Amino acid sequence: MSARIVHIASNTFREAVRDRVLYNLIAFALLLSGAAIFVGQISIGIERLVVVNLGLTAVSLFGIVIAIFIGIGLVSKEIEKRTLYTVLSRPVRRWEFIVGKFFGLAGTLVVNTFFMAIGVFGALLYVTHKFHKPDALILVALYFIILEFLIICSLALLFSSFSTPLLSAVFAFSLFVIGSFADDLRGFAGLTHGFTRWFATGAAYLVPNFSALNVISAVAHQQPLGGQLILQNTLYALFYSATVLSAAVLIFERRNLK
Amino acid sequence: MPAIEILGLEKTYKVGFWRQRPKRALEPLNLTVEEGEIFGFLGPNGAGKTTTLKLLMGLVFPTGGTARILGREWTDAEVKAQIGFLPEQPYFYDYLTAQELLDYYGQLSGVAAQDRKRRIPEVLARVGLTDVKGVQLRKFSKGMLQRAGIAQAILHNPKLVFLDEPMSGLDPLGRREVRDLMEQLKQEGKTVFFSTHILSDAEALCDRVAIIHKGALRGVGAVEDLTSTVQGKVEVVWQGTQIPASMKALGAECHVTGETVRAVITENQQDAAIDGLRREHIRLTAITPLRTSLEAYFVEKLQHSQTAVGTAMGNGR
Repeated sequence: MSARIVHIASNTFREAVRDRVLYNLIAFALLLSGAAIFVGQISIGIERLVVVNLGLTAVSLFGIVIAIFIGIGLVSKEIEKRTLYTVLSRPVRRWEFIVGKFFGLAGTLVVNTFFMAIGVFGALLYVTHKFHKPDALILVALYFIILEFLIICSLALLFSSFSTPLLSAVFAFSLFVIGSFADDLRGFAGLTHGFTRWFATGAAYLVPNFSALNVISAVAHQQPLGGQLILQNTLYALFYSATVLSAAVLIFERRNLK
Repeated sequence: MPAIEILGLEKTYKVGFWRQRPKRALEPLNLTVEEGEIFGFLGPNGAGKTTTLKLLMGLVFPTGGTARILGREWTDAEVKAQIGFLPEQPYFYDYLTAQELLDYYGQLSGVAAQDRKRRIPEVLARVGLTDVKGVQLRKFSKGMLQRAGIAQAILHNPKLVFLDEPMSGLDPLGRREVRDLMEQLKQEGKTVFFSTHILSDAEALCDRVAIIHKGALRGVGAVEDLTSTVQGKVEVVWQGTQIPASMKALGAECHVTGETVRAVITENQQDAAIDGLRREHIRLTAITPLRTSLEAYFVEKLQHSQTAVGTAMGNGR
């Protein structure tokens, strides 16, 4: 990887940290501690189910919100504030800037997820008093959540490369919601005929398939997850992110910075 | 080898949402800047100065034309390691300190870690930012940001420095310091290309200037040549408050300011004026040929371009 990408990524990470983005961890910690104590008092036998469900859903939602709200400003804010001028007047290629920004945001989210994962396991330990073998599946769910973040980061960056922050947020959040129902959309496409079928199938495969990456319920119910699913989801997320990122680069390479 | 060769670079933007119409920001521009000179790019606000700089920096793409910087294609990424750029009214990552900002830019310019460690305090001292350790840029005044901007432009010891309105936001002392810095850069053999609409700065600093107005080049040349148009008149200055009869007889235009009198006469009246002042025992302070100021040249070029545009529009009707 080019050294310049690493420098841009680490500066993006530093920006997120200095802008107190990781303060969300405090809210997350409070939410989980409160939930763990509350659940421990009211539920009998399903403490694990509730804590895993609540914990992983919170990890996912907190991360998605951060990915969208930082991602949408990554390029447009730099153009608006003209900080990009002094970066691109150096030997930095435009694609390096986009890729560096992507890795910086992805890095921020991985660190954020790491601390939140500690919180989830802490809450789980509090309610179950010891870890069991199926708890290792939580790590798989967390890994899928990180894959989800990679896709969202790339989408937010794509929209940020040509649109305003507000519109980018609307686009990215809409795609997240639609993508969460991608399986239903594919099911609906199978029920239609003619042009509608073509259109619905195309749309179903074009939107990110977040429902395949959401295994929170399965993990909470201690259902096994196959190695093939992990491989498939990894390849899918990497391919989808790389494609979206390439589109962001293509747009940004042609953009006049007025 | 010229430091900058601009060969017909032009830019037309499309404006409007539904029915886009072209808006010419820069007419085809041909300009050469030699190595080691301070070149002033002058024009009123909205003349096309910043557009030209953005084109050269690769921030906007030209509609036509090309350019060469330091003998290579201006789009060559390696050329950018040898140039420094200060944008107009710079704004930087406000969560960084000045040291961190320069370290980041040094990394992007490929300056080795050891050199960065040595250069950063040097450059900060050079622009007068010595007491800012640990202070984030969000707490900097406009003038301090301008200084940080100049620091980042010269950090990597570039051969060619582009400065867009470098005096903007600076107090008189700061402006003087920036002028001194630009002269030092010239003495170090660097080429300085700077845009400004403050003509006194250009007149004091530049070897050559170009005047741009409404996106088109209106004049270019050495400052001395542009201001050496002697109008066949001289200015005579002496100490006093009275205008002697001999000067009145010559029909001199006289102005009294405090204890100084200035009179403008024609060159062939010069000897008669000196004799007249001697007869009246008046102490002469100076006699200087009256030159066209850069401001007068600038105004003339702008008025000429206005007239040309008016005529062209009139003919078009």
